[in-house]
Amino acid sequence: MIPAAFEYYRPTDMAGVIALLQEHGDDARVIAGGHSLIPMMKLRMADVPHLIDLQAIDGLSGITVSDGAVRIGAMTTQHDIIASAELAAAAPIMQEAALQIADPQVRYMGTVGGNVANGDPGNDMPGLMQCLDAQFHLTGPDGDRTVEARDFYEAAYMTDREDEEVLVAVTFAAPSGGYAYEKQKRKIGDYATAAAAVQITKDGGTVASASIAMTNLSDTPVWSEATADALVGTDCGDAAVKAAIAAMLGDIDPTEDNRGPVAFKRHAAGIVLGRAIARAWSRA
Amino acid sequence: MSNKMHVKLNVNGEDHEFLAEPRELLIYALREKLNITGPHVGCETSHCGACTVTMNGKSVKSCTVFVAQANGAEVTTIEGLGGPDALHVLQENFKEHHGLQCGFCTPGMITRAAKLLEENPNPTEEEVRFGIAGNICRCTGYQNIVKSILSAASELNAAKEAAQ
Repeated sequence: MIPAAFEYYRPTDMAGVIALLQEHGDDARVIAGGHSLIPMMKLRMADVPHLIDLQAIDGLSGITVSDGAVRIGAMTTQHDIIASAELAAAAPIMQEAALQIADPQVRYMGTVGGNVANGDPGNDMPGLMQCLDAQFHLTGPDGDRTVEARDFYEAAYMTDREDEEVLVAVTFAAPSGGYAYEKQKRKIGDYATAAAAVQITKDGGTVASASIAMTNLSDTPVWSEATADALVGTDCGDAAVKAAIAAMLGDIDPTEDNRGPVAFKRHAAGIVLGRAIARAWSRA
Repeated sequence: MSNKMHVKLNVNGEDHEFLAEPRELLIYALREKLNITGPHVGCETSHCGACTVTMNGKSVKSCTVFVAQANGAEVTTIEGLGGPDALHVLQENFKEHHGLQCGFCTPGMITRAAKLLEENPNPTEEEVRFGIAGNICRCTGYQNIVKSILSAASELNAAKEAAQ
């Protein structure tokens, strides 16, 4: 488990990072916590001749909540998310999801930026960010730009980020209503067999709005408008949940792997979504 | 490409400086460069937790950290917690409650448990189980491991109360 040799850089400002990315192009990658990238490098599935460590760049980590707007720096770890009382109050789904990612040691290192920018369909944050309608903030040689989380993912490991850009933060409006992040996994540390992120608001006895995204059931996260539409205006009863699950099943495209055949994944997707809707509704 | 770099590490309070390739994993630098062999190589794929050390205040799996990333860090291993002459309260309790069978996972378990108790001095059984979920014991001796950690927690808390 020895990765190929690489040149290591630890720049102290973003200009230094971007200069290295421009100089080495495809041959360079940034590393945050490294808990997706290092295993890939050890397996020699990722070849990174120039590794640029972001740990010495100031201002890339931290959580701020002000006037209902949440900003999470890219180097903020899953552990930081779990430990933030402010974030737990503003967007409790973040804590519920982060507690289901990997294990304690990995959560001390794994970052939000790495999780969303890596583009691995198994990562939990991308679907969650789509559920929350988040924005991703990128910086590069031509300055800063913002991409909607719902427009960011193109295919497995393929995103809207250019090779010379760095994802520096995610932002979203603090959600209201009920929430749930439900994840089925074989064991601690595994990726999801199926996972669902759900936010629901209630008006009287009916669903006023809903946002639903599924994880590891396609080569990108799946934010399903049809699923949300099936719930809005209903009492969130059995018939509505059944319709929502049917709509979701129309939008996902799982593939067979060692977590199971397609039929099983579709079954698991339906179960986790049903549970997530029930829990979010009970909290709405 | 195979240029070595100067690496500085403070391990268990002692400064070390050595040459290493950036790609060397922290666990191998500890074990093979510094002869600190408490942390073990179990799976080498960040699943088992046998290589757990504390790095800059975080429990980390040292098989999933390049030595280049660790350059400048403060690291604590099982050797830094206690030894045969002065056992750490966790080591004492693992011994007392038979918290180990083969012992291979034990350095990682105790190093992780020490950090867990630092952050949550009074954990429930469920919190202990959740907190050591990144450490695997293939003898499956979890019952006694959990018992040992809970017992160490009460001992630490009793000592703290007595001191006040």
